[in-house]
Amino acid sequence: MDLCGVSLAGPVLNGSGTFDAIAARRAFGDALLERFPFHAFVSKTITIAPRQGNPPPRLWEAPAGLINSIGLPNKGLEGFLARDLPELADLPVPLIVSVMGFSREELATLVARAGEREEVAMIELNVSCPNVETGLVMGADPAETARAVDRVRPLAAKPLIVKLSPNANEPAAVAAAAESAGADAVSLINTVKGMALAPGTGRPWLGGVTGGLSGPAVRAIALEQVRAVAERVEIPVIGMGGIAAGEHAAAFLSAGAVCIAVGTESFRDPGAGRRIAAELVAGKAASAA
Amino acid sequence: MSPVTAQAEPRTVAPPGRRIARVTGVAAVGAYRLITALDADGPPEPRPGQFYMLAAERGWGGGTDERPYLPRAFSYARARRGPDGVELDFLLEAVGPGTARLGALRAGEGLALVGPLGLGFRAPAEGTRPLLVGGGIGVAPLVCLADDLTATAAPRPPAAILLGFRTRGHAAAAGLFGAGEPALATDDGSAGRRGLVTELLAEALAAEPAATVFACGPPPMLEAVRALCADLGVAAQLALEAGMACGFGACFGCVVPTAEGYLRLCVDGPVLDAHRLERADFPGAGH
Repeated sequence: MDLCGVSLAGPVLNGSGTFDAIAARRAFGDALLERFPFHAFVSKTITIAPRQGNPPPRLWEAPAGLINSIGLPNKGLEGFLARDLPELADLPVPLIVSVMGFSREELATLVARAGEREEVAMIELNVSCPNVETGLVMGADPAETARAVDRVRPLAAKPLIVKLSPNANEPAAVAAAAESAGADAVSLINTVKGMALAPGTGRPWLGGVTGGLSGPAVRAIALEQVRAVAERVEIPVIGMGGIAAGEHAAAFLSAGAVCIAVGTESFRDPGAGRRIAAELVAGKAASAA
Repeated sequence: MSPVTAQAEPRTVAPPGRRIARVTGVAAVGAYRLITALDADGPPEPRPGQFYMLAAERGWGGGTDERPYLPRAFSYARARRGPDGVELDFLLEAVGPGTARLGALRAGEGLALVGPLGLGFRAPAEGTRPLLVGGGIGVAPLVCLADDLTATAAPRPPAAILLGFRTRGHAAAAGLFGAGEPALATDDGSAGRRGLVTELLAEALAAEPAATVFACGPPPMLEAVRALCADLGVAAQLALEAGMACGFGACFGCVVPTAEGYLRLCVDGPVLDAHRLERADFPGAGH
């Protein structure tokens, strides 16, 4: 299949930040490459400066889901390009690099530097962060999102995906703004903002106080938002949110997604992407029969 | 079992997906449960200190607060290679919805697992006496470590095993050790010494300072072991635990603060040299 001119062997991606292919190769060896779970690989989000991430605890098991407060730990742009990118180039599938800037200029640098690398097939803009200049969360506001995409669009010849936040008032309006500014695709949903209290204390459990909810608990929210966005834009939609089986993936495709991504389910089963892809094919065969 | 030798990285790699092992035995060990499962498709030689992510094949979810959802990390206590695969023993105690469901498994049920994962114990420093220090459920990885140290011919004093439990009922887990007579401490004095296992460790180190300590247990115990070994300049390897969603480096949840920054316990541990840690009772430890 084709996603923005990039050829993929199938429609199953990973959600950014839900699979570290380098660490997974340490755990699983080269069998990971032979049985790679996804048809394209999305990196963890890269920022200009290295980040340690949030203090622990970082996880809370929710009803049918997970709240995480990880805080985007990464080696920074230079560390990523020098150390991670050569290893990710070994993967048997196209590479999508996720980037986040705390200003439009940071975002521009990230897009330009990542986009010039031949190992990189596409770039995903994680806009779920505050713009330190305006105080606005880029992805929460259609105009702010359009300005960000408009600034970086001329800097990269590679396709640009905008990762939409479910915490915006109207994700479809943000998607439309991204499309108008030249985005090649949108992906959604990111995690839903949430929190948990430490039992018996009344105090926040997570070191970062608030976090993002994912897993089957958000699937119904994601499906609705994917449908709303797909009805509003012409560009491809990558749908995700609690997909744990082929039938869930099929539902997102029916709702208008062109590709789907597996996130939290990979935590339960590192081979979930492969399983879901196979179930999707088997489901199509069964419905055609 | 592969002996604990001076290999670069004490890691056996896992198949890159979840598989179903078959529960072949369920036994009470005092206050604990010992679950045995036949893993037909996994590697036959996990390394002591490595762990598996476990979930029941059926009925995983719908318990208290509609949990469990994520798999739970368990060090294996023993691995026995057989004609049909490797039989794995896991020691557990029902403390929440996940361990309650795992503790209710019956022979014949499926146990979904991923593993072995993480880095296990490394060989003791040359010529030193291995001191195995376990607290509660944390004795599990020391069982196979003790087996390996016994099976490995090396010019060093035999291992000593020091275990701490809440009560005599919990101390029944000391019976899992095949070789040597573990020294016991209990909180209530109902088995062995009344007191803490770290008191046994302090005495053992006073008598024989040329030791390598291998410890696994609750965060306060591990912190006491870390502080004691740091004071005495004794090398210690600590098997740590933190809330973990995936077990293979994907979620970045199980971080421990170290002098090198945050390390993920699942890929850089769970066994870490004590001197790398600021504290072993870091926020989120043991959960």
